[in-house]
Amino acid sequence: MREGRPKSFYLLAAFFAAYVLFLYGPMFAIFVLSFQGPQGGLTFPMNGFSLHWFAKLFAGNGIVDIGAALRRSLALGLVVMLITVVLSVSAGMAFRKKFQGSSILFYAAIASLIVPSIVTSLGIALEFRIIDDLFKNYISSDWQTGMGLFTSGLGAHLTWTLPFGLLIMFAIFNRFDSRLEEAARDLGATPWQSFRFVVLPIILPSVIGIALFGFTLSWDELARSSQAIGSVNTLPLELQGLTTTVTNPDIYALGTVTTGVSFIVIGLCLGVILLLQRRQKKFGSDAGKGV
Amino acid sequence: MMLVFALFFILPLCFVVMVSFWDYNEYQMIPRFTTRGYYESFEGCLTKLPELCTMLATYVKTVKLCLIVWLFTFLIGFTVAYFLAFHVRSKTWQIALSLLCTIPFWTSNVIRMIAWIPLLGRNGLVNTGLMDLGITHEPIEWLLYSEFSICLALVHLFTFFMIVPIFNSMMRIDRRLLEAAYDAGATGWQTLWNIIIPLCKPGIVIGSIFVITIVMGDFITIGVMGGQQVAAAGKIIETRLNALQFPAAAANAVILLAITFLIITMLNRLVDIRKEL
Repeated sequence: MREGRPKSFYLLAAFFAAYVLFLYGPMFAIFVLSFQGPQGGLTFPMNGFSLHWFAKLFAGNGIVDIGAALRRSLALGLVVMLITVVLSVSAGMAFRKKFQGSSILFYAAIASLIVPSIVTSLGIALEFRIIDDLFKNYISSDWQTGMGLFTSGLGAHLTWTLPFGLLIMFAIFNRFDSRLEEAARDLGATPWQSFRFVVLPIILPSVIGIALFGFTLSWDELARSSQAIGSVNTLPLELQGLTTTVTNPDIYALGTVTTGVSFIVIGLCLGVILLLQRRQKKFGSDAGKGV
Repeated sequence: MMLVFALFFILPLCFVVMVSFWDYNEYQMIPRFTTRGYYESFEGCLTKLPELCTMLATYVKTVKLCLIVWLFTFLIGFTVAYFLAFHVRSKTWQIALSLLCTIPFWTSNVIRMIAWIPLLGRNGLVNTGLMDLGITHEPIEWLLYSEFSICLALVHLFTFFMIVPIFNSMMRIDRRLLEAAYDAGATGWQTLWNIIIPLCKPGIVIGSIFVITIVMGDFITIGVMGGQQVAAAGKIIETRLNALQFPAAAANAVILLAITFLIITMLNRLVDIRKEL
C-alpha cells in the first residue's frame, strides 16, 4: 500500500504499548513484591529482598495446605487436557462431514461457552445433589457423595475447555486442504493410516495449542469450580479464599508460583509448536523444488 | 463429546430450571412445586414502585456495569485489533504481538485481580505517587474496593475476548478494498467508518456477546475487587448458595439466564455466528 509509515502508526503503536503495559504491569508488581523481605507488607516500597515468603508458602504452616491443592490442580489440569485434546480432535474430524445432531452439538458447545459460569456450576452441583439423594434413598444408605474432583469437577472444567478446543479445530479444518487426504486414499492408505500419517502431522501444532488451552484454562478455572468441586479445593479456589483473609505477601508468592507454572506450560507448548513447524518446513513438502 | 455436554451442561441447566420451582426450608430443598424462589426475591417490589427495590436495583446496576465494561473493552479491543491487523506488516511480528496479548489469558484471573491491590490500595503506588506529586494530600479511597476498581479489573481481564474476534474479522477483509478506497480518495477516517467497521461487525458482535455474558454472570471479580461489598446479579446467586437456599439461587440463575439470552438474541439479529467461524 502506501510507502512509509503514516503518523497514525506511531499513535496506534503507542496505544498498543500502553495496553501491553496495562496487561502486564500489575502482574510484574506482584512478582516483585513476592520477593521482599520478612518485614514486607502488601504494598511498595520493598523491604529488603528474600525468598522468605516462598519458604513460608512451602513450609505449609499457613492457613491452607497449598502443596496438596497444587497437586490436585495439576492432576485435574492434566486429565482435562488429555480429554479435551482427544474429544476435540475426534469431534473436529466428525464435523467435517454433516452428521446427525451436528448442529445440536455445535449449539451446545457455543451455549456452554456463553452461559454464565455460575449457572453451569450451580446446575452441576444440583445435579449431583439430586443423584446423591437418589442413591441414598434407593440403593444404599451409607452412600456419601458422587461429587468430587474427578466427577463433577472434571465435568465442570470440560464444559469450559471443550468449546475452545472445538472452535480451534474448526479454524484448522477450514484451512485444511482435503486433497491431501484424497491423495493418501488414492495411494491406498486406510482411513487410520491417512489420519496417522497425513492429517495428524499437519494439524499437530494446533493440537498442541488445544492442549495448551485445555491445561491453562483448567489450571486457572474458578467460577465453574466454585460450586461443583466437592469438599476439596483447587489452587485458584484457595487463592480466592485467601484474598479476603490474608494480609501477608505470601499470597503474592503463591500468585508468582501459579503464574510460573502457567508460563512453564505456555513456554513448553510454544516451544514444541515451533519445533514442529520447523520440522514441517524441513521435511514437509518438496513442492516447487523441482525434485 | 455430546455425552459430556449432555451430562455436565444440558442436564444441569434443566435441573436449575426444575429446582427453581421447588420449595425449601432452612437446611434442605423440598421437591414440591412453588414459585416461592421467585416471589421472595422480589418481595415488596410492587408496593414500592416507582422506586426500585433492592433486587431490581441490583439487576439494573449489573446491566449498567456491563455496559460500561463493554464500552471500554470495545474501544480498547478495536484499537488494538486495528493496529495488529493493519499496521503491523510482517507476519512474524503479527504473531508475536498477538501472542503477547494472549499470554495473560492463559494465566490466572485471580492473580491478575490481586495484582491491582499493591497499585490501588490506600498505600499503593498510585496514591503515594499522587501524594508525592502534591496532587492530593490524602489517599483516594475509591481506588480500591469500589465500582471503579471492578470496572478496571473487568476491562483488564476481558478485553482479550474483544480483540480476538475483531482481529479475526479484520484479517478477512480483502486488502484490495482498502486500496480501492484510498485510490478513490477516501481519508483514513472514511475508510475506517465506511469499510472496516461494517466488515468487522460480526467480530464486534461475537466479542460483545462474550464480554456481556461474562460480566453479567461474574461474581468473583466483583467479589474480590469490590471487597465483597458490592452487589451484582452473579453475587446474589453466590450469596443464596452460601446460605444453602438452592431453589432461591436457582430462581435467580434462571432470571440471569433469561436476561443474558435476551441480550444475545438481540445481538444475534445482527449477525449469523455459525457463518463466521
